[in-house]
Amino acid sequence: MEPIIAVGELSTFAWTLCRWLTARLPRGRVLWPILYEVGVRSVPVVCITGLFIGMVLAVQSYDTLSQLHFQIHIGSVINGTLVKELGPVLAAVMLAGRVGSSIAAEIGTMKVSEQIDALQALGADPVAYLVVPRFLACFLMIPALTMVAEGVGIFGGWFVSTQIYGVSSHHFWSFSDRFVSAFDVITGVLKSMSFGAAIAVIACHRGFRCGSGAEGVGRAATEAFVASFIAILALDFILALLTIQLMKLLLALGVQVT
Amino acid sequence: MFGLRLTRKQTAPITQPSPLKGLEFASMEVPQTTATVTRKASVDRRESHPVAIELRRVSRSFGDHVILRDVSLEVRRGETLVLIGESGCGKSVTTKLLAGLLEPTLGEVFWDGRPVQGRPENEKRRDRLKLGYLFQGAALFDSMNVFENIAFGLRENTTLTELQIQQIVHERLREVGLTDQVIRKRPSDLSGGMKKRVGLARALAMSPDIVFYDEPTTGLDPIMSGVINDLIVQTQARRHVTSVVVTHDMNTVRLVADRVIMLFPLNSLAANESQIIFEGSSQDVFETDNPRVSQFVRGEVRTR
Repeated sequence: MEPIIAVGELSTFAWTLCRWLTARLPRGRVLWPILYEVGVRSVPVVCITGLFIGMVLAVQSYDTLSQLHFQIHIGSVINGTLVKELGPVLAAVMLAGRVGSSIAAEIGTMKVSEQIDALQALGADPVAYLVVPRFLACFLMIPALTMVAEGVGIFGGWFVSTQIYGVSSHHFWSFSDRFVSAFDVITGVLKSMSFGAAIAVIACHRGFRCGSGAEGVGRAATEAFVASFIAILALDFILALLTIQLMKLLLALGVQVT
Repeated sequence: MFGLRLTRKQTAPITQPSPLKGLEFASMEVPQTTATVTRKASVDRRESHPVAIELRRVSRSFGDHVILRDVSLEVRRGETLVLIGESGCGKSVTTKLLAGLLEPTLGEVFWDGRPVQGRPENEKRRDRLKLGYLFQGAALFDSMNVFENIAFGLRENTTLTELQIQQIVHERLREVGLTDQVIRKRPSDLSGGMKKRVGLARALAMSPDIVFYDEPTTGLDPIMSGVINDLIVQTQARRHVTSVVVTHDMNTVRLVADRVIMLFPLNSLAANESQIIFEGSSQDVFETDNPRVSQFVRGEVRTR
């Protein structure tokens, strides 16, 4: 029964958020610092993890591909994986870990220290003031973070493939170009936006549902990350299925997507 | 400026039974068999004042835990009502219900004679601006400095220019005895007493009609408690606001109260006993022969 109640509460919360999103946008002086915190300050961690993921991918792919004598195709494997899957998922996981937990802890602390009551007492709606800007920041900044993760990951993959394993740069890019299309890039970015939305809604909801004291805040932060991570993977699976169906449909209609 | 110059608040002599809502308990359907409920008539000139806020047979639970059961009370315009009672008896919950920060599980809350429940959110939010709230831990926004905290309500709800807002913020800071030196400080840089004063300045920024003080002297040293009590009295005198004060501090009761209501924890009451075990003037509370009240007033350990 509890999971059903939890889903119901989350849906009600998301619906309230949607109402506020269409009713009033946050003021610039509230939104800009959150955009900076969520977007700009996440860049270093996304770069570092993206770089290493790209390099690890190159190491592992080269090992397998070289046994099949397909090592010159390594660019298509690295870039295809990063653009379609790893880039959006990696950026989302980093956002869930760095920003989602922090949002849940911040809102949770505000709740236990009566700052949310104070917001209400001062005529501000907590959802409009706290949730809408955080949702917009996650939703709008995650595509940029995804592109950064993909870009840096591709660089890492290229560096290892060409400078360590001696794959020619020409082959690396030409096979990438053949197997990675604009459709993959666009669907990857759109997928990341759905991850960003899910992270923001889950993290804010956990913050509002935070239990009392430091323990409650800690638990809210952990739950926000775990729930966001599960949501990212579940959404990724569903969106991967939908993307393939969409691609087949577009191909059937004669639209060139590859 | 805020030395210990406190004088006891004057209360009018008792001349007639109180028309306050609590008296209606006896004639309502609620079983009222207990003899422990003390209803001393507290009458002063404010009795003729209209009712600002009313709780009518309100209950409030958190999950399975019932905090308030069938509580009715009124707050009249211009009076200072003090709620006392031991920790966990529901004083803060009562105040939040009065201020519309919590919804009752059962019963109704009335502002100016009109029920709060069912009002559109916008209207509720607008009406809430007439209420100022000093929270127990001051509840200052950590991410903002003192100026931004005090200016918050003005920026969110008015079309005042930044210059006008600055003037109001400086005025409120002076009113609570703080200088402009604190204006750029963060809440984490302030002492407990300063936080409470900034919290009060923030509560007063929108010039509210009703001010709620949730345990204003808790955690403060006796001198700072005196300063805060003095501020409550001064705010009342200067602004003629209605005040609702939640406290354990009998010194606060002595100094600021027009009327006192004592709540008792539900787990220490029989099923048919009212949770309001005392209602009277600040003088009455010190002279009552109700053992539960006098034990609390004298700070004696209660035998369960």
